[in-house]
Amino acid sequence: MNAHEIYSVEQQDYDRAGSASAAIKLLLRQKGIDKGIIRRVAIAAYEAEINLIIHSEGGKMELTIDDDMITLEVYDRGPGISDVMLAQMEGFSTACDVARNMGFGAGMGLPNIRRNADDFVMASRPSIGTLMVMNFYLKPQDDADKRRMGI
Amino acid sequence: MTVSQLASLINAKTLTAGDPDATVENGYVCDLLSWVMARGAQGMAWITVQTHLNVIAVASLHDMACVILPDNIMMDETVLNKAREEDIAVLSSPMNAFSICGLMYEKGLLGPET
Repeated sequence: MNAHEIYSVEQQDYDRAGSASAAIKLLLRQKGIDKGIIRRVAIAAYEAEINLIIHSEGGKMELTIDDDMITLEVYDRGPGISDVMLAQMEGFSTACDVARNMGFGAGMGLPNIRRNADDFVMASRPSIGTLMVMNFYLKPQDDADKRRMGI
Repeated sequence: MTVSQLASLINAKTLTAGDPDATVENGYVCDLLSWVMARGAQGMAWITVQTHLNVIAVASLHDMACVILPDNIMMDETVLNKAREEDIAVLSSPMNAFSICGLMYEKGLLGPET
């Protein structure tokens, strides 16, 4: 079951957008993960991948599968976000015209990630970069586990 | 209704076959890809005027039944090749999106469950 893969995503690479998410989806299928969980991971991964392409200077998506959960870490080389709370508000977007003309930039990416991941944390520093971590549980979590993890 | 039955219903040209026998379970019309990512569903027939590669990525991630282009809109061969690779049916209909929705609704297809 266990696996660890890293996918590179380059800025403005719209033609390859979705290829990392598609590879993640395929890997999860091969691992026999529940279809509902695959769907949630694929949606969150795609939104994160699109964010890297539209907004970042390039970055990586790191997928870890263990017995209990799937973790997706997404980090970039900048430019960072000055107001992380504002960036997560539904409808807020700083996407360029190219992205908007393609149907992106509705300000739904981060809310969509939050909705689909069991845990989602995000940190950013202007001129340094942005890090997002998402967890997807493979087994039902009891309240004690969640308390221990500070959720 | 299958994808091939839907193609006949809306008088569509089949640009890529996908699985013609796949069941269309619901329908949606939207050109904002993030919106569709949030509301897409398995077995969906998605009507859009967008024709770039990411349409296929979104349809594939959701295991949609087909993508429908209204108003005789066509897709570049590069995008169609991607659709073939991902086994996604792409239909191009001479009807507008409103009429396509009307016909699908008349046949009992609804939007995805929320």
